[in-house]
Amino acid sequence: MSNWEKDPILKVEHLTMRFGGLVAINNLSFTAGRGDITALIGPNGAGKTTVFNCITGFYKPTVGRMSLRHGHIDIDAHVEALTDTAGDSVTTPEGSLYLLERMPDFQVSARAKVARTFQNIRLFSGMTVLENLMVAQHNPLMVASNWTLGGLLGLAGFRNREKAAIETAKYWLEKTKLIDRADDPAGDLPYGDQRRLEIARAMCTEPVLLCLDEPAAGLNPKESLELNTLLRAIRDDHGTSLLLIEHDMSVVMEISDHVVVLDYGTKISDGTPDHVQNDPKVIAAYLGAEDEAEVEKIEAEVGL
Amino acid sequence: MSEMRATPVVNWTAIFKDALIAALIAVGLFALLIGLKTDQTLNNQMVLVPRPGLFGTIVALVFFGRLFLGYLNAVRSSEVKKKKPSSALMIKVEKYGLPVLIGFLVVYPLVVLGTVGPQGALKWIDNFGVQILIYIMLGWGLNIVVGLAGLLDLGYVAFYAVGAYSYALFATSEPIKEFMAQLIGEGFWQAWAFWICLPVAGILAAFWGVLLGFPVLRLRGDYLAIVTLAFGEIIRLVLINWVEFSNGYAGISSIPRPSFFGVPFNATENGFAAKFGIEFSPIHRTIFLFYVILALALLTAAVSMRLRRLPVGRAWEALREDEIACRSLGINTVNTKLTAFAIGAMFGGFAGAFFAARQGFISPESFVFLESAQILAIVVLGGMGSLVGVVIASVLLVGGVEILRELDFLKMYFGDNFDPAQYRMLIFGICMVLMMLWKPRGLISTREPSVFLKEKKAVSSDLVKEGHG
Repeated sequence: MSNWEKDPILKVEHLTMRFGGLVAINNLSFTAGRGDITALIGPNGAGKTTVFNCITGFYKPTVGRMSLRHGHIDIDAHVEALTDTAGDSVTTPEGSLYLLERMPDFQVSARAKVARTFQNIRLFSGMTVLENLMVAQHNPLMVASNWTLGGLLGLAGFRNREKAAIETAKYWLEKTKLIDRADDPAGDLPYGDQRRLEIARAMCTEPVLLCLDEPAAGLNPKESLELNTLLRAIRDDHGTSLLLIEHDMSVVMEISDHVVVLDYGTKISDGTPDHVQNDPKVIAAYLGAEDEAEVEKIEAEVGL
Repeated sequence: MSEMRATPVVNWTAIFKDALIAALIAVGLFALLIGLKTDQTLNNQMVLVPRPGLFGTIVALVFFGRLFLGYLNAVRSSEVKKKKPSSALMIKVEKYGLPVLIGFLVVYPLVVLGTVGPQGALKWIDNFGVQILIYIMLGWGLNIVVGLAGLLDLGYVAFYAVGAYSYALFATSEPIKEFMAQLIGEGFWQAWAFWICLPVAGILAAFWGVLLGFPVLRLRGDYLAIVTLAFGEIIRLVLINWVEFSNGYAGISSIPRPSFFGVPFNATENGFAAKFGIEFSPIHRTIFLFYVILALALLTAAVSMRLRRLPVGRAWEALREDEIACRSLGINTVNTKLTAFAIGAMFGGFAGAFFAARQGFISPESFVFLESAQILAIVVLGGMGSLVGVVIASVLLVGGVEILRELDFLKMYFGDNFDPAQYRMLIFGICMVLMMLWKPRGLISTREPSVFLKEKKAVSSDLVKEGHG
């Protein structure tokens, strides 16, 4: 039994997203394992980013349930009861369970601890690298500043918490090799650095699940290798599970433990990288046709 | 890098052609407007008087002006771009500019009093000092909403009005006066109304800020600007039409003036002058008002500087940069926007209460859209987010208009009917156009980081976003 079946962190069931008449995601179900790097792949327009937007609360899915757990609460034992209530979470001594489709986007990050990056990088480009990471720690800092009142009076509690936040930021800047550029505006960084900064910023929210939308896009081979090391370190040292969309197969096959393949919004394959690589449906989706005979048939139809 | 300097390449034919076209346009525009003048003969007949001299001069001016401009552009574009003022310098301006400015403002009334005497000083302290400081305070308040949070608010004057009317209505209210007279003593309300109503006015304005905030939170950019503009007009129209409440166009008069913490400024033996053993003069109250608004403005500056370094301030700036990224980091953008609206409105309310107390009379006429536009112009001209920039812009825009009133000598050239103050909107407009050409992001456009590890480097304005509503 694979890890994602034994120890799931995220369980997506019957997820469907329609935009008017367009079905972007069609009855998608998959699980992501705790401590796994789960890759979501598929040709362009397969609906991968839409899945991310649903998980992180930016879209409300038309149909479907997405349950995320902290700790070792049994998802199957609690999810039905939770679904019948009006609430969006339940906490037991073993852990908490969240229904992501019921939560507004900012709470998915603040309470369910799901962080994300964006396909087209979204940094605060007019703020420095360090400030970007401080904004990511907004919620704990807000509590420490007594919702601004204590901070305005300059209470010691807030100042200490802010120092701790700067230390956290420094830690992630060292991890992502950006420490020398801490005081530079984020918009001044080269592309590869911006990608890493976005990951560092997401990690500053202390997520249990990190969703990366094409983290290797636009990176050169050396940077891609460094990214693999970084993602592994995030998984191994911080117990953060990763869910990533990626086109770069060298990244996907190298680091992922579990691959889910989408085509036209439907799941066509699900399993280990080896399993997916050899799945005829995946090959067909990527290369267009299943086998020689079919290729010949198509060629005959178009008159070649 | 070595300095590169190419010899200027000037394409005279192109410049000449360009100037010729400009001159032709001028001919088309001004042939009827300036070239001909209608006049009356003694028989009341209308005749056309051609003015070839004036017309020719204007067209020639346009031609040569355009020629000169084209030459200037050609020379400038062939030169290597000059280095921008170093970021360290801009940070120094922010760092040392403010203390120097505060020092100057603290001694300003005394210096003026010493140089021009009590009679002449009134104008300089009231028209220049207090008037400019009110706008500085309003600019700093609006700066929180527009400069930091990036929410374009065209109805800021509404909160100014809320503050002014709250003070005016409470201070002139008979029931409160009687209640206070029974509770504490006769004359108490008259003496202390300002100091009690000041925080109340701020709180009420903040409340209205939140009330406005709720419906407009989902709007962005132009839509937000239009709704806030409408809100400003609604408040003004309610004040005009709800006569029982606000006395309509007639306004509210005999509003109690602020006391020196309970000691009134009058010629009686309980007055300020008698108590402190100095000769009575109306200038005392003006000087006191100057220091009150100075203190209020400095409070606004101190709070907004402090807020920038707190999580809420950073969230405002992050919101201006990218709202979606903010939400992905768990920031409640609704609350963050509301706090920006509320805190900005609160300072507007303080300024409004002060305004009512200073004038002693308010009416809806004081809270027209033009005021909102002027405050916004101050913020934009100063550079969004910059405190020193707002000060410079207020001095230019508000002080500049006051200076126009002083230019009486111009009547010697233009005749007695010439009133320079009537041209204030023209000059205001020219200033704005020039500014937007020369420094589109405002006078001080670099952004100072709120936190740093090793070295504080100013962020260039090209990277800072203006916000999108």
